[in-house]
Amino acid sequence: MRPFDLLQPKTTDEAIALLARHGSRACLLAGGTDLLVEIKEGIRAPDVLIDAKHLPGMRDLVVSSSEGLRFGALVTARELETSPAVKDFYHGLWQALRELGSIQVRNRATVAGNVCRASPSADTLPPLIADGAVVAIMGPAGERHVTLEDFFTGAGKTVLNGDEIVTGFSVPKPLPGTGKCYVKHGRRKAMELATVGVAVTMTMTGDTCSSIRIALGAVAPTPIRARKAEAVLAGKKPDIELIAQCGAIAATETSPISNIRGSADYRRRMVEELVQRAITAAMEAAR
Amino acid sequence: MKRNITTTINGEARELAVETFHSLLDALRNAAGLTGTKKGCDVGDCGACTVILDGAPVCACLVLAAETDGCNVTTIEGLQSAPGSLHPLQESFMMLGGAQCGFCTPGILMMAKALLDENPNPTDDEIRFGIAGNICRCTGYTKIIDAIRDAAVQLRQEAKGGGKS
Ligand code: FES
Ligand code: FES
Repeated sequence: MRPFDLLQPKTTDEAIALLARHGSRACLLAGGTDLLVEIKEGIRAPDVLIDAKHLPGMRDLVVSSSEGLRFGALVTARELETSPAVKDFYHGLWQALRELGSIQVRNRATVAGNVCRASPSADTLPPLIADGAVVAIMGPAGERHVTLEDFFTGAGKTVLNGDEIVTGFSVPKPLPGTGKCYVKHGRRKAMELATVGVAVTMTMTGDTCSSIRIALGAVAPTPIRARKAEAVLAGKKPDIELIAQCGAIAATETSPISNIRGSADYRRRMVEELVQRAITAAMEAAR
Repeated sequence: MKRNITTTINGEARELAVETFHSLLDALRNAAGLTGTKKGCDVGDCGACTVILDGAPVCACLVLAAETDGCNVTTIEGLQSAPGSLHPLQESFMMLGGAQCGFCTPGILMMAKALLDENPNPTDDEIRFGIAGNICRCTGYTKIIDAIRDAAVQLRQEAKGGGKS
């Protein structure tokens, strides 16, 4: 591996000061499952890694009936995946976590790393956006909060300043009658990057869809909400025709690229289909 | 950018001089002289480098050696309980043809150990899900799954105090 120095600050203030001092020469290290690969492959060439793993207060994982889900930036993907409460109440996220690399990778990888890396195809992003997750960010001026939906500005780009650190996430508790689903489409069943990812969080009041959020991955430079498709169903009684219409409209909201995992046209067609499947599964789960 | 670390490897505290940019995998193979852990891809895709770090299976190629100061690492060399004896997983892999060229085998054995520690009675689907990050070029996986299932039976019998059948 290309040589770099490793700094291991013990406080968040110290880490922020180090980030400010080293600027673009530094990368923040959480799980390292992406960063170390990028260094080995020459995609990044930092002189300094600032290891976040000794920072305090970032390992909590709490699911409460009043506040919902809160977890720190150092909580691993595997810790979230093995939490029964995450499986029950944040099922889309749970499904996405199981698609992220292997168990060995998930024992190191963090959602914070997945988020900060801002890959359009990252599995955990669509379900967190569908669930209305909020990112907590610490910088020299103190703490700020940004909804995950507004966090991404382009492929690999976020609203994060160079001297800011993501410290954790909060995800609202689901309303009664809520169902969730994440559908990943890939070329094989495991160890795969998404060709298309679809997350749906919907709340049913009787036969009526009282609210729905649809988030799509790998079909635009950032994960996106399919707001026009959501509007098709919100306040309506979903039936096969409406759901089909919803899928067709979602496909028009995407701007996919063609790459080795699929052509733009193929991705659009898969969005149309998978949105319908995800809605059907979420509706089933909402009962 | 040398770092002196003390890492407990297979129950023995080892003082190692490593570079900050060395992976745990390279430190194990070069600094610690434990070459049982294999380097397949070096980027987290193949699982050949799987070791157990503080109770959790990880890819040693995606961990910095310096991050493991003060940690506990178990490698394939530490799988058997005593020199000259084999772990039930090793017995089963031998008996049932779970290894061919053997390059993936140390990683798969460590992943299987972690899997059975957590879930002593896994279904075949759970075994498949557990070893999804371990790539084998030779066996086609069927015999690996057979061997893990068989070792699970042995281990459950041992846990009940029944010993080997
Ligand atoms: S060598 Fe580490 S996963 Fe392949
Ligand atoms: S036995 Fe040859 S790679 Fe698995």
